[in-house]
Amino acid sequence: MSAAEVSTAGAVTAGAVTAGAVTAGAVTAGATTAGVPSRPVPGWAWRFFWSEVRLVAGRRRNQAGLAVLAAVPVVVAFAVKASAPRPGRGPDFLSSITSNGLFVALTALTAEIAMFLPLAVAMLCGDAIAGEANQGTLRYLLTVPVTRTRLLFVKYASLVFGALWGVTLVAVTGVLVGAALFGVGPLTTLSGSQLEFVPALGRLGLVVLYLTACLASLAALGLFVSTLTEQPMAATITVMIVVILSWVLDGVPQVAWLHPWLIVHEWMSFGDLLRDPVSLDGAGRGLWVALGYAVVFLAAAWARLSGKDITS
Amino acid sequence: MLAVQTWELTKRFGSQTVVDGIDLAVPAGSVYGFLGPNGSGKTTTIRMLLGLIGPSAGRSELLGLPVPGQAEAALHRVGALVEGPAFHPYLSGRANLARLDVADRRADPRTSRARVDAALDRVGLLAAAEKRYRAYSLGMRQRLAIAGTLLMPRELLVLDEPTNGLDPQGTREVRALIGSLGSEGTTVLVSSHLLSEVAQVCSHLGVMREGRLVAQGPITELQGAATRATVRTDDGEQAAYVLRELGATGVSVDAEHAQVRGELGAIAPEKAVAALVHAGVAVRGFSSGAPDLEDWFVGLTGEGFDVSG
Repeated sequence: MSAAEVSTAGAVTAGAVTAGAVTAGAVTAGATTAGVPSRPVPGWAWRFFWSEVRLVAGRRRNQAGLAVLAAVPVVVAFAVKASAPRPGRGPDFLSSITSNGLFVALTALTAEIAMFLPLAVAMLCGDAIAGEANQGTLRYLLTVPVTRTRLLFVKYASLVFGALWGVTLVAVTGVLVGAALFGVGPLTTLSGSQLEFVPALGRLGLVVLYLTACLASLAALGLFVSTLTEQPMAATITVMIVVILSWVLDGVPQVAWLHPWLIVHEWMSFGDLLRDPVSLDGAGRGLWVALGYAVVFLAAAWARLSGKDITS
Repeated sequence: MLAVQTWELTKRFGSQTVVDGIDLAVPAGSVYGFLGPNGSGKTTTIRMLLGLIGPSAGRSELLGLPVPGQAEAALHRVGALVEGPAFHPYLSGRANLARLDVADRRADPRTSRARVDAALDRVGLLAAAEKRYRAYSLGMRQRLAIAGTLLMPRELLVLDEPTNGLDPQGTREVRALIGSLGSEGTTVLVSSHLLSEVAQVCSHLGVMREGRLVAQGPITELQGAATRATVRTDDGEQAAYVLRELGATGVSVDAEHAQVRGELGAIAPEKAVAALVHAGVAVRGFSSGAPDLEDWFVGLTGEGFDVSG
């Protein structure tokens, strides 16, 4: 049978199904004897990606995690509001919050990029491959078949999307709560000049993208770790150990030579994006380091998963 | 044309050889019962056939395509149930199948719902489609996994222990399903550690023991090869000599009961009788026939609860 004939047979089966002949007999009779569709249906990567996102978003634990991430800016905002110093007194940082709601978002991001956001990414990384292996669903995905390379690609895309989602949630919650409690106004940049509210929102958008890129490099590392084990928790903990160790080393001046290579070293440099004009000193370096980590660990994850015996 | 073929397929984990140089041959259109005790290497073989693990030596082909080289092209035409069901516990049965379907590049999203429901219906799960997987009983989980193999048209179904965890009623249903799939032209490779669960619907059998394929072929041939003769006579030694001369195997003399037994293989029973009488053996009785398939299976794999290491 030629390829054309096979695909026609497939089309007939599909046609019969859409026409409403939904009885088991009609579908499976076609299913077992008529040819297997010989060509992929376009748009597969999107469909599988959104299925992956729905799977991640539908999980209670992840929803609870998002709630925790969103709670931080709320807590920060209310705590500052309750203890607001009178103008001219108290630390500058706090008084700058009280004069502009945008600072709630930035303060919350500063607080969460150290631990909470990496932890959220680490949890998703644990689920990505190790979690599927642990449940046994990995072997069924691979026999569908989804090739291992495509699986990694879609898993990584969904991890990056998850990171973007988390960072955006913190930022948006911060802006909304900040605006409600402190009002909106021009933002004082770190260079001392003033930015109107709308351009300032644009700067916040840049910060969100920058932090997402940082977390995306962590996600690549986490994806690799996830291919090493069948225990999602072990993968999550390993990723967190890397993050914590990096922060610790980043604070030890004796290993200053190592600092530029640490995955977390430039994460706090998002402040560069709040200068006027935007400085790329630290943040630019941060993006290169993030790209380096992502490339190395995605390659490692691919090498590992491609050759792995799936015995789970 | 063979749906599955392997050459000296071997898998070692560390120093242990789990699958030891097997030459599997599953003809297209057959229902092939892949039998053997727990731990005899069936699942490891199936994992290699599907490209989930790589062989330590040897090679295999699925629907004429080398695995793992062209595994993707082959696997699109194969539905597989490997080592029990596995799904996302907090998704419903239907959502789990929809997820499997969306993962398939060749599955048309417009017909997904209809195909998922048809597959659920075929295994009798439609009523429980909206239940979360974690609330399913083992039997329902097994059915869902079988439904997962029926989402798309398949030329070959690989079903690893599909009756595991099913009650007798469910076992009968699965057997009937395999039978009807087979009669529709789908090749089915079904593994089991219980011959009785699958023998009725199989056209071919392969038997594993301790990593080796100890028997393989059409069920009628395997049974024929095992034709066993029992001669009642007082001339035990003489009868045994004649039978051995004819080419019978496993000839044994039971002097106490005045009987001689042996496997005739391809030798016609009437020829054996003639030879015995001609040789002057005082034949008091002669019977021959295929042994019970179960006895044959137990003879190959051994009895008892010992799991082969």
